[in-house]
This record gives sequence, structure tokens and C-alpha cells, in this order.
Amino acid sequence: MAELEQRGDRTPIPAAWEYASAPESREIVKLEERYGLFIGGEFVEPRSGEHYKTLDPSSEEPLAEIPQAGPEDVALAVGTARKAFSDGWSAASPAERAKYLFRIARILQERSREFAVLESLNGGKPIRESRDVDVPLAAAHFFYYAGWADKLEYAFPHRRQQPLGVAGQIIPWNFPLLMLAWKIAPALAAGNTVVLKPAETTPLSALLFCDVLRQAELPPGVVNIVTGDGATGAALVKSEVDKIAFTGSTEVGKAIQRELAGTGKKLTLELGGKAANIIFDDCALDQAVEGIVNGIYFNQGHVCCAGSRLLVQESIYEPLLEKLKRRLTTLRVGDPLDKNTDVGAINSRQQLDKIEELVAAGEEEGAEIYQPPCRLPEKGYWFAPTVFTNVAQSYRIAQEEIFGPVLSVLTFRTPDEAVEKANNTPYGLSAGVWTEKGSRILWMAQRLEAGVIWANTYNRFDPASPFGGYKESGFGREGGLHGLEPYLDFREDSADVIGG
Amino acid sequence: MAQAPALPTGFELPLEPRLPRIGSVDQVAVEARATDLSRRSIKREAKLFALDLAVRMMDLTTLEGADTPGKVAALASKAVRPDPSDASVPSVAAVCVYPNLVQTARERVAGSGVKVASVATAFPSGQSPIDLKVAEARRVVELGADEVDMVIDRGAFLAGRYAKVYDEIVQVKEAVAETRLKVILEVGELGTYDNVRRASLLAIAAGADFIKTSTGKLSSSATLPVTLVMLEAIRDVFEETGRRVGMKPAGGIRNAKQAVQTLVLVHETLGLDWLTPDLFRFGASSLLNDVLMQIRKEKTGRYQSPEYFTID
Repeated sequence: MAELEQRGDRTPIPAAWEYASAPESREIVKLEERYGLFIGGEFVEPRSGEHYKTLDPSSEEPLAEIPQAGPEDVALAVGTARKAFSDGWSAASPAERAKYLFRIARILQERSREFAVLESLNGGKPIRESRDVDVPLAAAHFFYYAGWADKLEYAFPHRRQQPLGVAGQIIPWNFPLLMLAWKIAPALAAGNTVVLKPAETTPLSALLFCDVLRQAELPPGVVNIVTGDGATGAALVKSEVDKIAFTGSTEVGKAIQRELAGTGKKLTLELGGKAANIIFDDCALDQAVEGIVNGIYFNQGHVCCAGSRLLVQESIYEPLLEKLKRRLTTLRVGDPLDKNTDVGAINSRQQLDKIEELVAAGEEEGAEIYQPPCRLPEKGYWFAPTVFTNVAQSYRIAQEEIFGPVLSVLTFRTPDEAVEKANNTPYGLSAGVWTEKGSRILWMAQRLEAGVIWANTYNRFDPASPFGGYKESGFGREGGLHGLEPYLDFREDSADVIGG
Repeated sequence: MAQAPALPTGFELPLEPRLPRIGSVDQVAVEARATDLSRRSIKREAKLFALDLAVRMMDLTTLEGADTPGKVAALASKAVRPDPSDASVPSVAAVCVYPNLVQTARERVAGSGVKVASVATAFPSGQSPIDLKVAEARRVVELGADEVDMVIDRGAFLAGRYAKVYDEIVQVKEAVAETRLKVILEVGELGTYDNVRRASLLAIAAGADFIKTSTGKLSSSATLPVTLVMLEAIRDVFEETGRRVGMKPAGGIRNAKQAVQTLVLVHETLGLDWLTPDLFRFGASSLLNDVLMQIRKEKTGRYQSPEYFTID
């Protein structure tokens, strides 16, 4: 019980109300000591003979040994996927494909707690998010594309479509299961087979997903999972796939594009971002503060569409910053499995180093740093929620993607200036606009160069809504009808064209 | 007659960067925030702390046409000693009754520290001439009420006659003088969160010591988002002026879980300073027994039959 502090003749005010720890139990997750590669519906030993350890980033405790797939392993996986494609999957009736996708979606829902715990354990994200966002959205993506599988001719009328073949998919570590769903669901709905490489640091939910595939009795070889580091990804890019879908850094995305130039392989890239979250002085302030917090501290800022550049109209700057700083003091940083945690662990040592390097650069360049008082755990990778004020457009922290819980605050005077500053970046993935004025939302949305624009909200996702970037944030869309297109080849339907 | 303060020029312009005078509320976002906070997991000692606090913050209420001295006496006795089998359970903050029953309540709680609150100003509708409302408020103080819960004139508010609403609160405040004044907005009739915010700021500006959600006579009352909107208005006034205004959600809070969720909202919006009966109350009738049941469960590890808790 909290101690009471006596203040004059008034009723005592408690000195603290500490929420007792409320950890989600780890018991539900059964980890193997060592995993294999999932090829042809079986876990197989890697021909490379190599394994590496995957960690819990909140404690640096090793969780399991993961195979490091070499080129030979990748070739085997791609060959298996090719065989599964030609041996039946491409000829399977669309309703049959839908059946498996519906099954997968339902099993994900049934096993949602297991996936949520594993996702937090291996990735460091708060259980509140994996439970309420990652896992339900992943299931929703499978449900959504299951619905399209037998309706493709209505999705793209007057165009005859056919699957591409084998899709090679490389996903990042920030939303391991959700990104897997974004990739696999449309690929299968369109009739392709898949070789997917999870991120090096977060392979466990993809490996648990293999169990779901077996439970759903998906034909062997339709989905294959190869784990490993960047070398494995490079091998997949070079392999005999028909398409590469990549989500990750702009640097790697560019390398992939160079590699694929002239090969005829299709490519979609979902890369970095440095989104402007634009706050007008007539917005609903307290809700805008929530949107700012959700925009940059959601998933420790490990979000490609994070609202990492806050553009505040100067007339509201001071009160807004006061509100924001006050709000940061209530953020609860700590154990990802605690149900009351708002901000979890940084995903890896490497990412923490990068954040620390950029934050140091920000301080050196003259920006003013604010961090709320919070006690970070001693073990594991942690970074306190951070706000930089006094940031100039030219500072590195205003230009480069930090991919951490670090917000750079800039100001603007007029809507024109807001648009100009927001677009003044090589990226173009997302943007946020906060104003009570509907016409201004539309005016801004027409001018912002970003694939996703949120009005009076931030970081909201739905399977029906396409997601993707402009400029160096990539090309191609995931989600919605748009998300099917990159997995299909089209021919105009000549009979229809001639018949008019 | 009291008047809204006016500058010599007739209206006021913000001359420095600061919060908008009224501002607005985004419905989707405020509901999402309230839902997020309601998912806090409050366990063990943290829960016991909240339950104990909830008892100390309770305005145990009966506002029925059928209220009798017998009924009110029973309620007041319960207010003083909510759980006869556990002396560590504190008294509630106040009993809240109709004016005719103030004296009965007063006799029963005498010497206990439990306050007597009375509704006034043509409760629950507020649709009476202002002189009657003022007279009623003055009279309940004479009858011995420690606190007065008044209603605003929603008809005037919705017709845009904000000055009338404001003036009436100012006059009632003058009439009750030092007696604590809680101003009921009846949020269920205001229609939007924007209106809730506007009414909250208006009541505070007119001198409310507490703002209160509801009369308890409507089905839509003290929801978490409405409470959050009002707490944020209180916070804005505190940040700008340093003045601390109290909050009282009333109506619809029937179980301990809702009470704990509401306290989380207060804790994370206004901080520890508001976790006191001086600045926060629950208006409720059936809530108390559920809280008592949960307290006993936390202390003994098992639930007891509702029959062990008195019905008053």
C-alpha cells in the first residue's frame, strides 16, 4: 500500500500509486532449443550447418538456436516452392485457396495469446501492442485476402490474371508476424507459392507460424520459411524466384533494386520514412498529444511510418510542448510482457547503437533534448522516450530515419510552409494532419507527398487500406485491392476489348 | 445580477501563445484513449489501494421519490460504517439526498466526518426560475447540507444562452457561500464531447468547486471518455491558473472494476494530487457493495456471497 503524505488539514494525498506488476505468463509459449528451416512442410537441418542464437532483447537472454540458411538452403526452398506451384497450387481452385487462408486466419485468432507472448518475447514490444494490434491485424489480413482469393476476376475486371510463380519475401523485425501476414496472405490469395525470410533478430513467430500452416493442412511447399541474416536475404534475391517483396531499410532496398535490374523479376519495396506529423493550432489538443505519442512511441518508434518529425504551428508550440512533456512522464517503460507497459525494449544492440549515435549527433548539432524521468532496466536494450526541440530542418535528426523512440520537433507558420517542410525529405511514406477544419485536411492531403495520410489519428492500419510509399520510401502497395496487383500477371481480355 | 466578466473592449483575444479558450475534442481519439487506459491491469496491493480510495471518495446516494427517513437513516449508517465486519474499511465521503432528508441524514452521520450533500436548483431538470433555484440552494445550506449538488439549465445551454447558465451558477455559488458546490452538467443531454468541454469550462469559470457528470436520472452518464474530457478541462484550468477543481462522475458506475478504471484515468490525467476525496468523488448507490465485496476478496483470497453485505 502506498504511503500517505499529510498536507495541512486536507485529506491525505497518496505519495504514490505503484501499479503492481502484471506480467502475461510465458508458459503458453513452448520453445524448441533448436529450430530447422521450414521447407516442403517439414523442419529440416540447414545444409549450411550453421546456427545462431536469437535473444529476448529485454534481458539479452538467449531463447533458441536458429538456422543460418546458406545459398544451397535457399535454392532448395525455392525449388520446393516451384514444385509446389506447378504440382497443384497454381491449378487449385480459387475457393480451395480461400479455404486455407480462412483456416490460417482462424487458427491465428485461436492461438492469439501464444503469438502475442512470443512476439513480445522475441521482439521486445509491449504485450499490450502485440495483443491488441499485431496479432489481430495479422489475422485480419488473412481473412481479408481469403475473401479475394475466389473473386480475382471481379477485383480486376476485363483483365485476365494469373499468378507469378514463386514469391521471395523478406520482412523486417519491427512487426514480425504482421509483416509476414502482409506478405503471405496476398501472395497465396493470388495463387503464388512463397519463400519467406524473417528478420535475423525476430524469427520465432514465423517459425511458430509454420505450425499453423501444418495445422491448416496447407499443401507442403506452398510456404517455406528460411531464416538467417542479410546474406540469406541476398541469396534469396539472387535465386530463381519470380518476384521479390522487401520491407526494410532504403539502403538494402536500393541494393536489391540494382541486383534485380534487367532480370525481369518483379519487385516491390516498402522502405524507410521520416514522416511529418503536422499539428495546426485549431486541432483538438489533448487528442493530438495522444496522436503524437502514438505516432512516435508506438513500438518504440520501430515503425517505418512513425511520425518522427513533429511540425507544430508556432502559435500553439509552447502549450503543446508542455502537454506533450507532461504526457511523457506517464509513459511506462519496462518489461514488454507486463500488461501495463507502454514502451518496451529496443529490438537489438545494433539498433540501440544506431539510435544512440543519432541522438548524440542531435545534441552535438545543438538540439535541446528532453527525456522524462524513468528508470530503465539494467539488462537488455533500452532507450528512454526522447523529444528534441530547437531542431533545424538541416540537422541529421530531422533528415535521417532514427527508427527509435526519438521525436524531432520543428515549427511552421502557415499551411504552405507546413507542406513545404513536410515534403522536404527524400522519403514519402506517411504523414499526419491534425486540425478540426475538414477543408484543410483535404487541402493538405492533396499536397503532401506521402503514400498514407492520417487525419486526426496516426498509425492506424486496416487490411482494406493500401499502404506504401513515394520517393525513397519505395513502390508498390500492400493491403487492399492494390496489394494483390504485385502478385499477379495481367493480360487484357481480348474478347472483352473487341466486344466492347 | 451576476455577469460574465467582460474586458472594456467587450471580448478577449489571446495575446500570447497559449491554449485555446474553449478548444475542441476529437471523439474517436478521446474514446480510444479512454479504452486504452481502461485496459491497465491493476492487481493486488495496487487494487486494494484503489478500492480503499474508492470507498473514501464515495458520495453514497439515494435520490428517489420514495425516499423516507427510514431509508435515508439506513443509508447514512452504512456510509459511516460500510462494512461492520471489517473496521479497516473507511467511511465514505458523503451521503447525497434530497433537501427534505438532509436533517435525517445529518443526525445519523453526526460526529463521523461523513458529509451530507443535497441536490438543489430544481434537480434534476433545472427548469425553474432562478430565484427559486437560489432560494432552494440557500435553504439546503440552512438545513445543514455540507455540500450542494446543483444542475445547470441544459435548455439554456443547448439554446446557446451560455451567459444565462453562467449567471445562474454564479448566483447559486453566492447563495451557498463557503459550502462546497458541485455543478452537474448532465452530459447525457449535451450530445457532444465538445459541449461537455464547453460546459465544464463554463461551470469552472462560474465558480464550481466540483464538476459532476450526471443526475443519475438518464441511462447515458459517467462513461470513461466523458470523464476523461472533464478531467482534461480541469487539467487545462489548473495548468493555466493553478486552481484545483474537483471531479465527480455519477451514474452508471456500478462495479469496482469501473471505479478502478476511473481512478486510473484520474491518476494518469491529473496525477496523485487528485486522488483525494477533496478533489474526486464517485456518485453512486450500488457501487459500494461491489467494492466491499472486492476488498474482502483481495484480503481473504475468496469471494463471499452477496448476502454477507447489507442492502440499505
